[in-house]
Amino acid sequence: MKRIVALALSLLLTAAGFVHAADKPAGRVPVPAFKIDSGETCVAPTQEMRRDHMKMLFHQRDRTVRQGIREPRFSLKNCVECHASRDTGSVLGTEGFCSSCHAYTAVKIDCFECHSSMRQAKSAGARK
Amino acid sequence: MSLGRREFLGWGAAATAGAALAPVINLVELAQARSPVEAASALRRWGLLIDITKCADCDDCVTACHNENGVSGNGRPETDAQWIRKVGLRDKRTGVAQTLPMMCQHCEEPPCVDVCPTGASFKRDDGIVLVDKHTCIGCRYCVLACPYGARSFIHETVTGQKPDVPRGKGTVESCTLCVHRVDRGDAPACVEACNRDGGKAMLFGDLNDPSAEIHRRLHSEPSTQVRADLALNTGVRYQGL
Amino acid sequence: MARTQFREIEGRGGFYALLGMLVLVVLAGLGAAWYMEHNGHYVTGMSNRIVWGMPHVFAVFLIVAASGALNVASIASVFGREIYKPLTRLSGLLAMTLLAGGLSVLVLDLGRPDRLIVAMTNYNFKSVFAWNIFLYTGFFAVVALYLWTMFERRMNGHTGKAGLFAFFWRLVLTTGTGSIFGFLVAREHYNSALMAPLFIVMSFSFGLAVFMLVLMGVCRGAGRPLGDVLIKRLANLLGVFVAAVLYFVLVYHLTNLYVTRQHEVERFILVSGGVYTALFWIGQIMVGGIVPLALIFAPRASRIRSALAAACVIAGGMAQLYVLIIGGQAYPQAMFADKEVASSFFDGVVAAYTPSLPEILLGTGGTALALALTIVALKVLPFVPQSLADAEVESSAA
Repeated sequence: MKRIVALALSLLLTAAGFVHAADKPAGRVPVPAFKIDSGETCVAPTQEMRRDHMKMLFHQRDRTVRQGIREPRFSLKNCVECHASRDTGSVLGTEGFCSSCHAYTAVKIDCFECHSSMRQAKSAGARK
Repeated sequence: MSLGRREFLGWGAAATAGAALAPVINLVELAQARSPVEAASALRRWGLLIDITKCADCDDCVTACHNENGVSGNGRPETDAQWIRKVGLRDKRTGVAQTLPMMCQHCEEPPCVDVCPTGASFKRDDGIVLVDKHTCIGCRYCVLACPYGARSFIHETVTGQKPDVPRGKGTVESCTLCVHRVDRGDAPACVEACNRDGGKAMLFGDLNDPSAEIHRRLHSEPSTQVRADLALNTGVRYQGL
Repeated sequence: MARTQFREIEGRGGFYALLGMLVLVVLAGLGAAWYMEHNGHYVTGMSNRIVWGMPHVFAVFLIVAASGALNVASIASVFGREIYKPLTRLSGLLAMTLLAGGLSVLVLDLGRPDRLIVAMTNYNFKSVFAWNIFLYTGFFAVVALYLWTMFERRMNGHTGKAGLFAFFWRLVLTTGTGSIFGFLVAREHYNSALMAPLFIVMSFSFGLAVFMLVLMGVCRGAGRPLGDVLIKRLANLLGVFVAAVLYFVLVYHLTNLYVTRQHEVERFILVSGGVYTALFWIGQIMVGGIVPLALIFAPRASRIRSALAAACVIAGGMAQLYVLIIGGQAYPQAMFADKEVASSFFDGVVAAYTPSLPEILLGTGGTALALALTIVALKVLPFVPQSLADAEVESSAA
């Protein structure tokens, strides 16, 4: 008897959770803003980037810093160039490409404590 | 299938000949600028030659460096970073005065690299001494170890970094020989400014390349290292000291 | 031979009050660390010329004392002096807690303390600092093992081997700590092979002084009898160590005075360095050396005098480390021989430094952490003998 009650309760709560999540719009937690303003495609397929962008960054940064390999595809500066918001020019902020997703997932990043999060001024010309 | 003696000798000779030819192939590489996807080469050694007799009262090198690298002060001279500075000398006995720019000397045997606990302070294959900010824990041991006082610890939050020059609070930094410029074939900002507006005292180049002007001058004119007694074999050499 | 009875302290009376005060000091230290890390180190007195300040004075003292606190246990286990055997457990405990306190100060002062994992997984083995990180963390394991052989009756036979291993480990560790300074070619005040042995004898001296004060405090607080015989023996030993430190300091300065190239830095430390000169002569030599020797070897020695001597050694030790660490950085680097040097980066001048409140709070926080950990451990496990009265001690040594 107790087991049936426990099973029924857990099923009920799980269903309630789904219902709760389904009919609610953004609410208190901001969902990521995917406003990508320039470029057609990223350097790799979206799913791969979502899954592996951190691995790519970690691996490539050592190659760049230690060995001086500056492949344009993997340059953080170029990521920012493309992904920076058209309005703010930055990948940070409430609608920033990097920070909105990272705020949602509560994964703190410290890249931009050192790296510039801003797109370069247009007058500087394309530096790839 | 077993290899006969003559076959073995034949292959061995071929392999040795191939190995002997490899450096020649690399020499050809040297003459051309490096493509961005290649690694820095150990065949090069970047360095500076500074003739301080041409070094006047100007500090164009300092201004250019700090502009290029986004090194801005906060009005706190004791804790603000300086990548390059003009040092004034006055002989204690004769009173003769000189001035020279002092920056990271990019030593062949850098004490800062020896002492770094995490290996963040490192020497790239082409001789440029850098700090890998991803690994730097901000212990400041390298600042203690540098005989030239070249390193600065970033004491405050940094904003408005130049995209090519990441810098952040809590890590240590120093002159990078404008590695981002060097890697695309330009000279460091200080050298460019000195030659454009200043006393034309600074020369940048590959110390290992016989066709480079810096190589020719170092091999034909006297020059010194600061603290030559430490036997660090610096990449920055001075004339007129 | 009577077997020493160990028992946990009861922790009545002022125990919780003391613990509460220590925790408050620890919290103040944590707050200071957060303040420094959040705002950046510009809020401290440290600068690009003086990159290691008060936190490092405290941290190095605690780490050096930690290594020396194990000495009492080593004398019993390794050198077979039975009379110190009842003190071995407390000695091991203090070694661990002092090291924990010192390391906490060091780690919290880092520019990027969030990168501690990086520091513990990326090692540049040419760096003596990297070796030290490895040696410090290993020290905890080694002393824990040593303590276990003391607590676990079946392992008592192995205490000697564990003690020898711990003794050897701490000699390497303290040599490493001294070499952090001794290996620096860039600084006139440091670059010396003498730094390593100087730190070894400093560890003997500071560690024993701290041990004595903690022992006396614990016995009084927990109501355990502590006889004069033991105190006199420890005090005499302290006197020998203090004399040894003075000897090494003398040799160091005499050698420097003989070398013309070093005359400038010697003049700075011994004569014209302002606060550094005062701390050297009054703090390090007088209070840290001559006064304790007088107190210990005077004809009418007493417990109070022994305690006072230990306190003076600690004060003198802090002064010595201040002169070494901060004075050594304040003195300008000699890049250009025989020239006056001036620049925007404070070349050629003695760098100014004033200890700031966050730095001091961080340092005292680490000290309080060490003491708090100690007294909690004393309550939880039997570290302190029931009695160290003269009769007990002499019978167990017989």
